[in-house]
Amino acid sequence: MNGGFRQPSILPGFGLTLGFTTFFLSAIVLLPLAALVVKATSMGWRDFIEVLTDPRAVASYRLSFGAALLAALINSVFGFVIAWTLVRYDFPGRKLIDALIDMPFALPTAVSGIALTAVFAENGWIGQYLAQLGIQVAYTWIGVVVALTLIGLPFVVRSVQPALLEVQHDLEDAAETLGAGRFYIFRRIILPTILPALLTGFTLAFARAVGEYGSVIFIAGNLPLKTEITPLLIVIKLEQFEYAAAAALGFIMLIMSFAMLLSINLLQAWGRRRLTASGR
Amino acid sequence: MNGTHMNVWQSVLRALRGLGVLAAAALLTACGDGQSSSITLLNVSYDPTREFYRDVNAAFAREWLEQTGERVSIRQSHAGSGSQARAVIDGLDADVVTLALAYDIDSIQRNGKRLAANWQTRFPDNSSPYTSTIVFLVRAGNPKQIRDWPDLIKPGVSVVTPNPKTSGGARWNYLAAWGYALHKELGGDLSRLDDPAAAEQVRAAEAAAEAFVKELFSRVPVLDAGARGATNTFVQRQIGDVLIAWENEALLALRELKPGTVEIVVPSTSILAEPPVAVVDTVVDRRGTRQVAEAYLKFLYSTEGQELAAKHYFRPRNQEVLEKYREQFPPIELFTIAEVFQDWNTAHAKHFADGGVFDRIYGVKAQ
Amino acid sequence: MAGGPNKALLAEIASRPGRDTIASNLIKWGFIAVSLAFLAALLFAPLITVFATALSKGWQMYIASFEDSDTLAAIRLTLTTAAIVVPLNTVFGICAAWAIAKFEFKGKSVLLTLIDLPIAVSPVISGLVYVLLFGVHGWFGLWLQEHDISIIYALPGIVLATMFVTFPYVARELIPLMQQLGNDEEEAAITLGAGGLMTFFRVTLPKVRWGLVYGVILCNARAMGEFGAVSVISGHIRGQTTTMPLHVEMLYNEYNFVGAFAVASLLTMLAVVTLVIKTLVEWRTGIRKH
Repeated sequence: MNGGFRQPSILPGFGLTLGFTTFFLSAIVLLPLAALVVKATSMGWRDFIEVLTDPRAVASYRLSFGAALLAALINSVFGFVIAWTLVRYDFPGRKLIDALIDMPFALPTAVSGIALTAVFAENGWIGQYLAQLGIQVAYTWIGVVVALTLIGLPFVVRSVQPALLEVQHDLEDAAETLGAGRFYIFRRIILPTILPALLTGFTLAFARAVGEYGSVIFIAGNLPLKTEITPLLIVIKLEQFEYAAAAALGFIMLIMSFAMLLSINLLQAWGRRRLTASGR
Repeated sequence: MNGTHMNVWQSVLRALRGLGVLAAAALLTACGDGQSSSITLLNVSYDPTREFYRDVNAAFAREWLEQTGERVSIRQSHAGSGSQARAVIDGLDADVVTLALAYDIDSIQRNGKRLAANWQTRFPDNSSPYTSTIVFLVRAGNPKQIRDWPDLIKPGVSVVTPNPKTSGGARWNYLAAWGYALHKELGGDLSRLDDPAAAEQVRAAEAAAEAFVKELFSRVPVLDAGARGATNTFVQRQIGDVLIAWENEALLALRELKPGTVEIVVPSTSILAEPPVAVVDTVVDRRGTRQVAEAYLKFLYSTEGQELAAKHYFRPRNQEVLEKYREQFPPIELFTIAEVFQDWNTAHAKHFADGGVFDRIYGVKAQ
Repeated sequence: MAGGPNKALLAEIASRPGRDTIASNLIKWGFIAVSLAFLAALLFAPLITVFATALSKGWQMYIASFEDSDTLAAIRLTLTTAAIVVPLNTVFGICAAWAIAKFEFKGKSVLLTLIDLPIAVSPVISGLVYVLLFGVHGWFGLWLQEHDISIIYALPGIVLATMFVTFPYVARELIPLMQQLGNDEEEAAITLGAGGLMTFFRVTLPKVRWGLVYGVILCNARAMGEFGAVSVISGHIRGQTTTMPLHVEMLYNEYNFVGAFAVASLLTMLAVVTLVIKTLVEWRTGIRKH
């Protein structure tokens, strides 16, 4: 019934689930975003470009996207280590720590921001030692990275955890019996299995970090051209009742994030197809 | 195949019906609270007035019951002044608005036509039943010897103030600094601003004011999004040597936050901050609450309302009440928005709009 | 057992040849140390700050924070919102995962990306879009006003914004997992004459239950903790349209640090719920296995 639109499969429910998915997606996500796009394009083309290329906006993209990228990379490394630790090792308090991983989602972002600032300010628990080393975290771009790392952490850990459990232990064992070193096993057996999950975690952590507002404004310092994130600029536009300009900034962030997400999703789909084609 | 589809459909429908019932039940419980026989008013206000209006609401409800036999309950909404104005523009049904600056109520008028253009003349004193001013909060013992505005740009002094772009309160801080500098340059005679003969002198004074404000903001390490955020940065995080704050906020912080660690310094000159109030015409006419809404705002001008304002550290308009609380409100030379900046719209366009003076002092080029 | 190691797996790992060497022990404790240090600085320190402040004036003040009627209203509103949002997004997530993971069709990557999109949208914008739709000056504003329906600055708006923000979570957890697991077992079940639903509940669900559990937990956590988007469309009416995160901010802005962090600490109790759910699922599947 779908012609060349999809490959044949004997599994039922395609029409129903895809229909429901598309309907729900349109109602909850696409309709509101359409409103955003219409609002953003309601301003003239020149104004639109002017808003987006304002030096202050450009500086904020650099901070927002740069800090988000850095935070997502940090999360990929440490998130993997944490997932590995939680899945592979048993130690006292493991279950509790496992349960606490989701906290950055449950804590209101403002609370995370306030608490992180308290910890990393110059008179905070950790901040005072870092200050002695000459490192200032709160009210600098480093603080932004710290906040964004916190809010993205669950994505990586929770994506990698189930995947790590799917790694075939017999393969690992066989490789080890055959004399393969740890690093070799990791690179050739474990990494390929968890790479899609890790990539997903990275993407989501990055995407979430780019748009984050609540926790960052407490720790960023918010100085124009220096520690000002793009979502703050959107709020500033709103405060001046410039809805179209705010929507334009939101729109450009959306486009950049969409391009990033789509390329990673395409990359993954390609990887999967190649895997299937080579005969799994 | 068809049978399977039917099954799926039926179970999905059943699941959805279950969810619908759940949602309806939740809606009913959520709405149930609002239902009572009394009149309700919604007062949309800004952050620092919460404690004040809690007392006002109780006192007014009592008085209204005595006078009319009707029960009135007043619901409160508090957030940043600008975002509250936006909410009212976009349809939040406020019977009355009590915001931080006239610009925000002007914006409601301009963007939504929800109230009349002459709103500010409808109640006495520019529709501002209470006022405040801008003062300094310094560390206990005033180690940096900060006495007046020029001391803020002494070497080694760092200043905390919220971002005027996001905080209505912070705009008063900025305008106070500007006004002080202008006042000083013009030898204390602000009437020269309107004197065409003094145009040259005014231009020089404005340049000096801009230099002063630029120097001041170059010492700000953190631009918090809101006034209370800035207070917390100063008091809790111990950032900066001086906090520029509203007098009522400074007095509250003195009492509420780590007493004994900070003290207030009152500068020689400052701005008269007038937080205005207004009835939202379209809402009260639709809901039939005009009478009680107007009585509510008038109550703010009554002796009892003025006493409550003074208790919550706002300067009362009523001279007798002000005298009674003299100790709390030392005399200070005050200039108004009208004297220095004509009106809020002019001040906003010149200083806070994109490419305005505030952007310029941060090196953001005007387009 | 996707939730963490089960005893058998750990025993198996421990019993592998060469597992008990000094090097492998070193690696193990190295991993644990790095994990703990990272989490301590980034996650535990802020959490401890929350509890330390909440309890700074003693247990009595902490308990008293919850007696305030506005606080109770905020808790109720948050629970109501989550009760509506999480089941809906779960049903959606399962449907989307089935369509995307089980079938190959054109435009799949685009569909997947569109599902991801709400994560990438700044919370400020997620609230704003509903104002653009349902505000007085929005697309449906006049119509809604004529029919006296309020969406923004009322529960429906809060639910919609929360739904938007938490939209991808269940689907996002399920899709990679279902893709990784392949279709062989489902195809076998269908060939043997099982119905679609039966195949899903008997074959697919047991395999992906951990993905589902995580998805629901994440979705719920985010639904309860969302601040930015809800803040834009809530109207901040005390005791009526303030959710827990908004209430926390209000209390904090009142310098009521104990109250603010007490309410925030309640949200961390979600971790306990997570723990219970996971133990429950582990236990139930353990029973079923034997």
